Amino acid sequence: MSHAKQGRPEAPSTLEIRNLKRDYTLRSGFARTTLHAVSDVSFTLEPGRTVALVGESGSGKSTVARIISRLENATGGQVLLDGVQAPNRGRALERYRSKVQMVFQDPFASLNPFHTILHHVERPLKIHNPHLSKKEITARAHELLERVQLTPSSRYADRRPHELSGGQRQRVAIARALAPGATYIVADEPVSMLDVSIRLGVLNLLADLQRSEGLGVLYITHDLATARHFSDEIMVMYRGAIVERGEPDSVILNPQHEYTRTLLDAAADPDRLGQLKAEVRAEGSFR
Amino acid sequence: MADNTSPEVPVRTGPTPTSTLAAIRIAKTDRTRRPLPRISGKLLTGIIIVVVISLFGILAPFFVQDPRFSGNDALLPPGDGHILGTTKLGYDVFAQLAWGTRGSLFVGVVAGGLALLLAILFGVLAGYFGGVLDEVLTLITNIMLVIPGLPLVMVIAAYVQHTEGLGAFARSSLLVAIVLGITGWAGSAVVLRATAKSLRMRDYVAAARVAGEKPLRVIFVEILPNLVPLLAAQLIFGVIFAILGEAGLSYLGLGPTGSITLGTMLNDAQTGQAVGSQAWWWFVPPGALIALLGTGLSLINFAIDEVVNPKLRLAPQAARNQRKARRAGRSVSENGAIA
Repeated sequence: MSHAKQGRPEAPSTLEIRNLKRDYTLRSGFARTTLHAVSDVSFTLEPGRTVALVGESGSGKSTVARIISRLENATGGQVLLDGVQAPNRGRALERYRSKVQMVFQDPFASLNPFHTILHHVERPLKIHNPHLSKKEITARAHELLERVQLTPSSRYADRRPHELSGGQRQRVAIARALAPGATYIVADEPVSMLDVSIRLGVLNLLADLQRSEGLGVLYITHDLATARHFSDEIMVMYRGAIVERGEPDSVILNPQHEYTRTLLDAAADPDRLGQLKAEVRAEGSFR
Repeated sequence: MADNTSPEVPVRTGPTPTSTLAAIRIAKTDRTRRPLPRISGKLLTGIIIVVVISLFGILAPFFVQDPRFSGNDALLPPGDGHILGTTKLGYDVFAQLAWGTRGSLFVGVVAGGLALLLAILFGVLAGYFGGVLDEVLTLITNIMLVIPGLPLVMVIAAYVQHTEGLGAFARSSLLVAIVLGITGWAGSAVVLRATAKSLRMRDYVAAARVAGEKPLRVIFVEILPNLVPLLAAQLIFGVIFAILGEAGLSYLGLGPTGSITLGTMLNDAQTGQAVGSQAWWWFVPPGALIALLGTGLSLINFAIDEVVNPKLRLAPQAARNQRKARRAGRSVSENGAIA
């Protein structure tokens, strides 16, 4: 749509974040302080690429996700979908949402306990395809459930979230995000609430979908190892700003910023652990 | 949880504890969610009382004589022909009681429903949208909350009943129900606002917004169903408030004098000096019925509270366990731990 407006239909789609800023005013009594949750963040998402946003808790990652999915407004800066400012309301917002979707961190909280799995997937389908009949919507919802490997879909469709495991729920959340036919998916720590044994399955599913559908994924995480494995670019965020970015291998193997090194040191590394043990043994100071 | 159907769990080879897996599978297939909680003694007692009184109010008026038929002898004690005797004007008390119960239930349900609607409108909208709308709606709620209830109802009732051009409506129970409804919603609105405010921050509400749901649909389809136990409790509270309020108003002579309710019966008994002439059969039945109805509805309300707050449910269970333990001769420590 915006392509047509700008008269260059073959221009590739982009979701550009430019100089994003978000301040919160904290009030305690009459005292007011400003918290800079996000200060000056810029990057671009493209279909078919996964960009990882890595940082510790409170570094502003989730705020970026909520601003991109229009749950919050930015204090400054822009979110541009195909060069057009992301709208705040009305039809335009609906169109934006059909392109940009989000997967939430906690699958135990992001599904309404009252509604069936089918409802969760059918609603976005219906909202973004008002011309479809009820039958077609249901058929498509089942297709989506199969696509996130909830097979057979009839086994899951009429269940409620509390009857599913964490991994299954997150698959439902992914199906819901795919339902409007989105090009961009913001995945806000999609596996941090899941059992370690299940994480890989969900991440592989996301990666498969990203490849097969040509999605642009913003993978938000605090885990550098999965970021390296699953993304085409890593951005390290610290105190509301991106302090380092680049190819995954170069960021991990040759960290430039002090904070990136701290993050890498904090992660458990079996090789380094063995090395450490050998050093300790050689020195003989431990026993 | 290891669910052997989920694709992320690798298939295990070798000996498998099949019986455990089968048990898990059986537990999983039991997927009907129980819509109602386990029936407790409180709930059962409350439901029986309320259902019996409601049936009486709905059915009995079809079988009794005209409650305004004054051809009977005056002030007959209970006995042949008149189960509960007659009033000073020769009305049959049982007939009056039947119609009065119907009238009181009507006022209670209409006023309670209206109060709940207003509470949802003011409470849930304020809690969900926040900002200026919240400020305005909360201000109105707080004003309603600090005005003393009964005097306000009395003033409005007296004023409306003397308004010209209302005709029979001015003395109808519908009008009293509306007056009670628009004065009795503030307390529920405060509770609903707080709950809506906390539900608004839930991820599933944010997820519904990202999916593209409109605000009103988010409120009514995503939030309200999760408020059902609370709404039921508020509705019952509203019904009790309205039935007692109507009785109070009628006793003061501000009730629906054009129709019969338990309150107008009490008012008639009072103006007819039932107490002075020892006609207990005139004022005891309506008084007892109001008390019983209040008790039954309150019991149901307590049972709903226990669903919403499971801690309350454990208290009587713990007390029972302690009693059993004592009876069995085991020692129970200060903090309730059973040795």
